[in-house]
Amino acid sequence: MTQEISLRRRITNVVMLSLTGFCTVLVIGVLFFILGYLFVHGARSLNLAFFTQLPKPSGETGGGMANAIVGSGKVLLIAVLIGVPIGSLAGIFLAEYSNKTFAFTIRYVVDLLNGIPSIVIGIVAYSLVVLPMKHYSTLAGGVALGIMMIPIAVRTTEEFLLAVPNSLREGAMALGATKAKTIFTVVVPAAISGLISGMMLNLARVAGETAPLLFTALGNMFWSKGWLQPVATLPVMIYNYALAPAEDLHQQAWAAGFVLLALVLAINITARLIIARGPASSRR
Amino acid sequence: MATPQQPALKDITSAPASNAAVSRSRLCKLSAKNINFFYGSFQALYGISLDIEANKVTAFIGPSGCGKSTFLRTMNRMNEALRNTRVEGELLIDGENLLAMDVTYVRRRVGMVFQKSNPFPKTIFDNVAYGLRVNGVTKKSVIEEAVERSLTHAALWTEVKDKLQKPATALSGGQQQRLCIARALAVEPEVLLLDEPCSALDPIATLKIEELLFQIKDMTTIVIVTHNMQQAARLADRTGFFLLGKLIEIDDTRTIFQNPAKKETEDYVTGRFG
Repeated sequence: MTQEISLRRRITNVVMLSLTGFCTVLVIGVLFFILGYLFVHGARSLNLAFFTQLPKPSGETGGGMANAIVGSGKVLLIAVLIGVPIGSLAGIFLAEYSNKTFAFTIRYVVDLLNGIPSIVIGIVAYSLVVLPMKHYSTLAGGVALGIMMIPIAVRTTEEFLLAVPNSLREGAMALGATKAKTIFTVVVPAAISGLISGMMLNLARVAGETAPLLFTALGNMFWSKGWLQPVATLPVMIYNYALAPAEDLHQQAWAAGFVLLALVLAINITARLIIARGPASSRR
Repeated sequence: MATPQQPALKDITSAPASNAAVSRSRLCKLSAKNINFFYGSFQALYGISLDIEANKVTAFIGPSGCGKSTFLRTMNRMNEALRNTRVEGELLIDGENLLAMDVTYVRRRVGMVFQKSNPFPKTIFDNVAYGLRVNGVTKKSVIEEAVERSLTHAALWTEVKDKLQKPATALSGGQQQRLCIARALAVEPEVLLLDEPCSALDPIATLKIEELLFQIKDMTTIVIVTHNMQQAARLADRTGFFLLGKLIEIDDTRTIFQNPAKKETEDYVTGRFG
């Protein structure tokens, strides 16, 4: 009897272990397949012209995506300027001021906002910015990505502030600091490395968003002056070039994908390093 | 910061020396009148009335959960940071009810050191300077002088004077707690509350803190909560015994330990329970 049970258990154990192991390998395999494929194709198509030249008119070969690289940077800058202040201040409110039921409601709403498909956020930015101004623009793209950054910004801020020990708040208040002073001179500085890296991961997440940019930033074959003209961005360039009926453009799309991935990876790794070295790490 | 000290000094000098009872009441720095405290519907303190004498060390002893820390935290209104708490009664500091004052003003006058050292994740210098800076002191020379003076009083200056710009979290546990005392002293509080400041420290670090408390008691009035009865006996001029949210008795430390008026106190100090 006991032998039987233990045999059955051993079989179950082996089966489950193999299954979980197989799935793990599958996940890692898919990731490395994508990375490797992108690396092989992207790196092959990459050259100096890609970073320095504008796209060539259809029919001609060569050219680059300098405008899209700068364009992505501009759109992300606006996104950060919108998403980070709104998100982090709301997160501070949630962590430090609001009562339980209100915090629960807001948290729920923020999670819902996070679940909204990005194309819907694009439509919102389209009706908020593009329609009134009557043209596509860097600003509209930035607003769309900025809105997308808000939910994660709120939640990461809240989490990192709640991780700051209450004894620090008490210590500051016992010295006669007001609540606001306590938050901005002790609590936020104690959590700053977590906050910065959280925002960077957030930025990396929206850097690859394509759908909300399709009808906000639109795209542009030339340099976009200022903030109120249509602008080229890397994800939208990839989308357009990958659909185009020319091998040369496909190669450019691969290169753009590679650059975008490298950018996102770089942001990710920097953020991880900041977390690991920050004063808020668990070591202290 | 220096101005609030004035009334206390004046009271001492003008107290008629002939009448001991009057002189004692004049020396009284803090006075609790019938304090009740509630966490939600749970009553943690029952009608606490006592006087804390100026420039003396007062110790509160009692078993865990007896309300001594709750009462200590009532004296600088730290409990207000907790939700759903309520306090009744009057707490007079130099005759004024501190429960009716602006809370940040109260905390500037009544400083606190916590059970677990809680240095800010800043440099040693910035930790000590923090209280001055949040209270609007910006002059560099004033801050530097106060930092050195406070660290000296906290018996930490010689150990840290060459590493003021190092993170405070790199100090040892005992040093961190002395840093927290220095931080509290920097704003020159009239009363310093200490909530079991040595409970996480080894005997040598504890001894250092006891020595420094003894040194600073002519600068400030000290109230200390302790689980360690020997510590109360060594340090305190007066000792109060708490049990189940009530103040059983408060008297000169010698009386409490050698000839207490109440049976419960005697049982506790002789180690029969608690």
